[in-house]
Amino acid sequence: MTANRTADGEPSAIQVIDLCKNFGSVEVLKGVSLDARKGDVVAIIGGSGSGKSTLLRCTNFLETPTSGKIIVDGEEVAMRADGRPANRRQIERIRSRLGMVFQSFNLWTHRTLLENVIEVPVHVLGMHRDAATARAFDLLDRVGLRDKADTYPAYLSGGQQQRAAIARALAVDPTVMLFDEPTSALDPELVGDVLRVIRDLAQEGRTMLLVTHEMKFAREVASHVLYLSEGRIEEQGPPEQLFANPRSERLQQFLQTVH
Amino acid sequence: MDALVEFFGLADSLKLLSLSPPGWGSNLLRGLLHSLQIAFGAFGLGLIIGLFGACGKLYGGPVLRDLLAIYTTVIRAVPELVLILILYYAGSDLINKAAEAMGYDRVEINGVIAGIWVLGLVQGAYATEVLRGAIQAVPPGQIEAARAFGMPPLLLMRRVTVPAMMSFATPGLANLWLIATKDTALLAIVGFNELTLETRQAASSTRAYFTFFLAAGALYLMVTLGSGVVFGWIEKWSRRGQPSLREGRR
Repeated sequence: MTANRTADGEPSAIQVIDLCKNFGSVEVLKGVSLDARKGDVVAIIGGSGSGKSTLLRCTNFLETPTSGKIIVDGEEVAMRADGRPANRRQIERIRSRLGMVFQSFNLWTHRTLLENVIEVPVHVLGMHRDAATARAFDLLDRVGLRDKADTYPAYLSGGQQQRAAIARALAVDPTVMLFDEPTSALDPELVGDVLRVIRDLAQEGRTMLLVTHEMKFAREVASHVLYLSEGRIEEQGPPEQLFANPRSERLQQFLQTVH
Repeated sequence: MDALVEFFGLADSLKLLSLSPPGWGSNLLRGLLHSLQIAFGAFGLGLIIGLFGACGKLYGGPVLRDLLAIYTTVIRAVPELVLILILYYAGSDLINKAAEAMGYDRVEINGVIAGIWVLGLVQGAYATEVLRGAIQAVPPGQIEAARAFGMPPLLLMRRVTVPAMMSFATPGLANLWLIATKDTALLAIVGFNELTLETRQAASSTRAYFTFFLAAGALYLMVTLGSGVVFGWIEKWSRRGQPSLREGRR
């Protein structure tokens, strides 16, 4: 797992150990582990129903893991014996350090882009409004939306909304960014701008977990790739090796179908 | 103006409606004020009950959900007039029994407070359903995003769920407010001096039924028109950020 890692020697930003998740009698995750060090970009790929989104959503407890351990920035999240989080405040604190970007953007439609970006810093993290606003303008500038700061999300394209959602996630200065298929809901011509923003973040050393269908992009930005199949890690490694020389038959088939 | 008054022979009516005695205008306005006080109080109480009721029905445990289902079903099943009679007489009876048991004298129940409680309980049942529907109409992703950023439940309710559901709730709540203003008339039956009872007293004292009930009708209409303007503002505000359904408008 450590071969060719870009960030060897760095401490772990997020560790998932032997994570299992059942929905009723269906086992969606059957013991998945991953370790993202600071600066790592871990791409999670796999077919539909492979459990990749569930894995991502378990890391910030949007789904409650059935068993396993999650350690964020050295802090283990307390779980009860039945697998439910024991401490709501701890979960909330940890969530506020994991900036999540959703497939369907999920911006707050009754707030302008600026209000969306300052919402969490001001109301969850207790940041001063002026400081949060100044920072929000910088972030909107980075994603190319400074002039749209006072616009409501409904008047923007999907690509613009997703870039605003990335600015919202960046506003909490997250330890790890979680991307849940950030370009899957976008028209093809809008994908490029969003990927460009994510690529910039990867290059400046943001730690990320990235669930994606964009294989070329994963190959380009990821430092490590996990291929999930039927709730297990079927194969993993550095992108060059995984995409150029897939060992497992399933991954070979998967890569043929998506290319 | 004077010509109109003369032409329609309205001079007598105007005299009856004047604000200073022997006119009954101030009685009518006092009744209207009481009606509005009760409507405001009941609507506000109904909103509070409704918000808790909706949250209880959506997020509460099985016992709470059953209790709330009984509450909304019973209140909405029984005619309001009957409920007012039951709650008013049974309510004041209970309070007096309790007062006597604790060694106090019988108390005179304040009409405004009693009216607010009775109508507020009725409004609460309807508001529960209006707000429950509105909360369910909020796109789940917006609530999920708030959870994903670590918002605690109460902050999430205040900053995301309530503002996002407002646009869905406003039309239903405007209905409830208008119903509240007119349900105050039902309190006449328990002898509370709201607009309808004041009107009836004025009318039967002067035999000018037509004049007074027409005047009362005009007052109710004015309340409705004013409310329409206010709810128009509220709706416009609550729909901020949502494109108009009409083409070519924002």
